[in-house]
Amino acid sequence: MAKTAPRRSDQLSDKVSEVTGKVQDSQAWNSIFRPGSIFRKGYTDSPRNRSYVIMNSVLYHLHPVKVKRHAVKVSYTLCLGGLSFFLFILLTVTGIFLMFFYRPTASQAWDDIYSLQTAVAFGLLVRNMHRWGAHLMVLSVFLHMARVFYHGAYKPPREFNWVIGVMLLQFTLLLSFTGYLLPWDQLALWAVTVGTNMMGYTPVFGKQVRFVLLGGFEIGSDTLLRWYVLHVLMLPFVTVIFMAIHFWRVRKDGGISGPL
Amino acid sequence: MTEIPEHLRKRAEAAKAKAEGNKAGEAVPAAAEAAAAPAVAAVAAGGGGGDKIPDYLFDRGRSAAQNAGLAVAAPAGAVATAPADTRPVASGPGGHTQRLLTVVKSGSIQDVRATPQDKVHTWPHLIVAEFVAALLITAFTFIFSVFVNAPLLELANLNRTPNPSKAPWYFLGLQELLTMFHPMVAGVTIPGMGLFVLGMAPYVDKNPSNKPEDRKFTVALLTVFLMFWAVLVCIGSFFRGPGFNFVFPWTRGLFFEL
Repeated sequence: MAKTAPRRSDQLSDKVSEVTGKVQDSQAWNSIFRPGSIFRKGYTDSPRNRSYVIMNSVLYHLHPVKVKRHAVKVSYTLCLGGLSFFLFILLTVTGIFLMFFYRPTASQAWDDIYSLQTAVAFGLLVRNMHRWGAHLMVLSVFLHMARVFYHGAYKPPREFNWVIGVMLLQFTLLLSFTGYLLPWDQLALWAVTVGTNMMGYTPVFGKQVRFVLLGGFEIGSDTLLRWYVLHVLMLPFVTVIFMAIHFWRVRKDGGISGPL
Repeated sequence: MTEIPEHLRKRAEAAKAKAEGNKAGEAVPAAAEAAAAPAVAAVAAGGGGGDKIPDYLFDRGRSAAQNAGLAVAAPAGAVATAPADTRPVASGPGGHTQRLLTVVKSGSIQDVRATPQDKVHTWPHLIVAEFVAALLITAFTFIFSVFVNAPLLELANLNRTPNPSKAPWYFLGLQELLTMFHPMVAGVTIPGMGLFVLGMAPYVDKNPSNKPEDRKFTVALLTVFLMFWAVLVCIGSFFRGPGFNFVFPWTRGLFFEL
């Protein structure tokens, strides 16, 4: 046994590397992984391949091939903008999971959340992650704004990207606030009552603003449906568009600001 | 400064060494010619010593001058035996031998980057940092969610108002303002003006520097604003009890849900 074991494992590893080589040589494999991919045969860490990794990847393409050396220092950005974006993705993923178990009507919403927590596998965990992730995102967007201000990064040529950033801050708050109502418990109902009452004091057309937001004169099933659609569809849609412009402008305005 | 790949640097050094070798090689035949034709040698030596006019042009100019019967002084350093040496006739304005037609600045036809920027590859340097940050925030959210549950109070009931009723924490600063101002001022005017001024910041702040020591006033202004806001949120969150009256959390307990 002891003598044959290493030989057998050698044979096995030969077989594995042979199969790996064949797969990596195949047309299908090479059509999926573009030049520079670390999954291609004979990948080496060369300047050319480092460039290809960025150029030939749809995700990494958000970035330029090269960035200023100081821009990769975590102590400068604290990763806050990137974390806000990542939390948005995390919230999208967990939110899609929650949508499978939730009906936005006054008679069913609370029961759905309750059974999600008690009867659905990982339901409570995913709901927790969605809630805490949302609070974290408000916090990280806010801190990102402070960081950008303290670095004077809103100065020319980045003025307009700052304006877009302020819009994104508002969208983040609105996303969080619309989501706040959806569990349809006492906390949600009265927090939203306080908030919408405040908005009802808008000069000139306060009453109309409140009516549009609530879908009526009182908070009820119509409000829930309205805020649900805002929360899961309209605000994310608008936010994604603004984020796309925000990230694009970062590159067009010459990368991130600094060094100080 | 700029990251020059190793192989390119070596290639440039090799080319430079070769060029220097060629120059040394040229000097030898020039010396051999000196014995046969001293005049030519003098010109060649002059050419090597900083005079940039090529030999063939010089010869051409000399023959033209001879044809025209002009005698021009030989250049300094020419051997006495040299025939009448010529320079191009200074016929331009102010006795110049050439005229300046126009000056094309380098920046107008090509983009010359005067200061090369210090850059690194996004992969792996930036992507790795982003990946680690994403992992950490996921781990934090995950672990926090395992141990702390999101609140779910009893079913919404329009006929029973909880005391106190609070907005989400990021609006508690506004709710705090409600205790001091008319709702239109606290709920609409102040936040609206605040966001507008925030958005206008780059157009109001004309100071071009981004160095902290040059913008003490701006930094102080934002810090005061943020602190003011944070204090309002903290008071609204932790120090407001039933009837939204001021309480101390260590005596009456916490009236706060996330």
